[in-house]
Amino acid sequence: MDINDLRSIVTVLAFIAFVGILWWAFSDRRKETYEAAAMLPLDDDSEFIPQVSRNTERKSS
Amino acid sequence: MQSQATYNYKVVRQFAVMTVIWGIVGMTVGVFIAAQLVWPELNVVEYLSYGRLRPLHTNAVIFAFGGCALFATSYYCVQRTSHVTLFAPALAAFTFWGWQVVIVLAALSLPLGFTQAKEYAELEWPIDILITLVWVSYAVVFFGTLVKRTVSHIYVANWFFGGFILTVAVLHLVNSAAIPVFAEGMLSPKSYSAYAGVQDAMIQWWYGHNAVGFFLTAGFLGMMYYFVPKQAGRPVYSYRLSVVHFWALIFTYMWAGPHHLHYTALPDWTQSVGMVFSLILLAPSWGGMINGIMTLSGAWHKLRDDPILKFMITSLSFYGMSTFEGPMMGIKTVNALSHYTDWTVGHVHSGALGWVAMISIGCIYYLLPRLFGKAEMASKKLIEVHFWIATIGIVLYIASMWIAGVMQGLMWRATNVDGTLTYSFVESVKATYPFWTIRLLGGVLFLSGMFIMAFNMFKTIAGGKSVNAPVLAAAGAH
Repeated sequence: MDINDLRSIVTVLAFIAFVGILWWAFSDRRKETYEAAAMLPLDDDSEFIPQVSRNTERKSS
Repeated sequence: MQSQATYNYKVVRQFAVMTVIWGIVGMTVGVFIAAQLVWPELNVVEYLSYGRLRPLHTNAVIFAFGGCALFATSYYCVQRTSHVTLFAPALAAFTFWGWQVVIVLAALSLPLGFTQAKEYAELEWPIDILITLVWVSYAVVFFGTLVKRTVSHIYVANWFFGGFILTVAVLHLVNSAAIPVFAEGMLSPKSYSAYAGVQDAMIQWWYGHNAVGFFLTAGFLGMMYYFVPKQAGRPVYSYRLSVVHFWALIFTYMWAGPHHLHYTALPDWTQSVGMVFSLILLAPSWGGMINGIMTLSGAWHKLRDDPILKFMITSLSFYGMSTFEGPMMGIKTVNALSHYTDWTVGHVHSGALGWVAMISIGCIYYLLPRLFGKAEMASKKLIEVHFWIATIGIVLYIASMWIAGVMQGLMWRATNVDGTLTYSFVESVKATYPFWTIRLLGGVLFLSGMFIMAFNMFKTIAGGKSVNAPVLAAAGAH
């Protein structure tokens, strides 16, 4: 296989990855997370923070 | 325990104050070289000649003024949206002092004539090594803070700051790769690029364009995503759009560099790829701009009496303007007219003064009272005055450079019926004088605004105490 074939494949894969990101970002499943995330800088004592940490406990802590 | 801890505001304070100081220094050099174009007699000694001061101006405004603003805002944002104090505070202090040393070394070495002759990467190799050390420390502090965060989500502004930090590291390492020569001893650093010919040119403009794309765009978009919602008191217009905005920028910006090398020895197909990606860039740029401006949707009245918000929203308008202009100038046929003319200079300053400087100024005005324990800046009225002086200055600057650039382009390409050039080069120089004078006036106005800002800053600091806000409750601490 020519190096240029590899380059073409990488370009196409990158494009598919981007379309994937679009699909993921606009999926309904992300809606709540994003609405809460958007409040992060504003709610200096956000309800979001304890809530989310309860739902998705981080592995490190 | 954590709720009694305070955020590390010390390093933010240091960078915030130095943003204003270096802004004045860098823009003063800019005003001086603008005056040298109008009055060439001002080139008195070689150390202060146009050729040596011009890179000093660009380095000072981009890396000293812009860099300090980025350090200050990113350190502030990443702590507050992660609900933890900065990781490795000693290393954070090193980034401040190390960065100041880099700036001072630049201010000494460039007038002395030490240069790698790569635009925006002029600094010689010993300084490049120091930059690398500071930048790696910056990455450790920033990403270390993200790692120990107590909130599950990484706020979008931190994605932009993180992307900017990573990319600039890669750009700097690759483009600054050089072979040092020691013929004249350690105090006369000299080096040759690791690359040759058109590869060298391509790597330089891959660096140069992404310095614009990541240093001067992604980092400042990080500011936008944190400080515009903060100042407006509303969440960002669309969080989804901000996620798509981030990835679209990451996927496209890297490829636009070749538009700096249209009609050169660079292969034609590479130029075309660069042109197409420059045009595609319009979409994420405008998506982001609209996302920022629409954050004010339903609260436009706030713009009427909040000068800080005026700075921020106007900066986004200039961002929209220059990211429309940029792709247009990346089109080969337009570039044939615009390249090497003052149109480019006008375009750069519409981005640099209109977007980068204005969003930074807005954010620093937001930060200063909070860092020094005041309710607000000493004088709101002076912020308003600063805003209008700066805006008028920018408009004078870019309008004069547009006219000058198009005029130069048209004069250079004009031919007589027998094929000879209609104008000699010096005729185009002569015709540009009035516009250089207007540009100088615009620059003086913008610089005056910075002096007003410095006055307001010192009035705010005076009598205030350095304040470190308590760290917000850790997750689950309620």
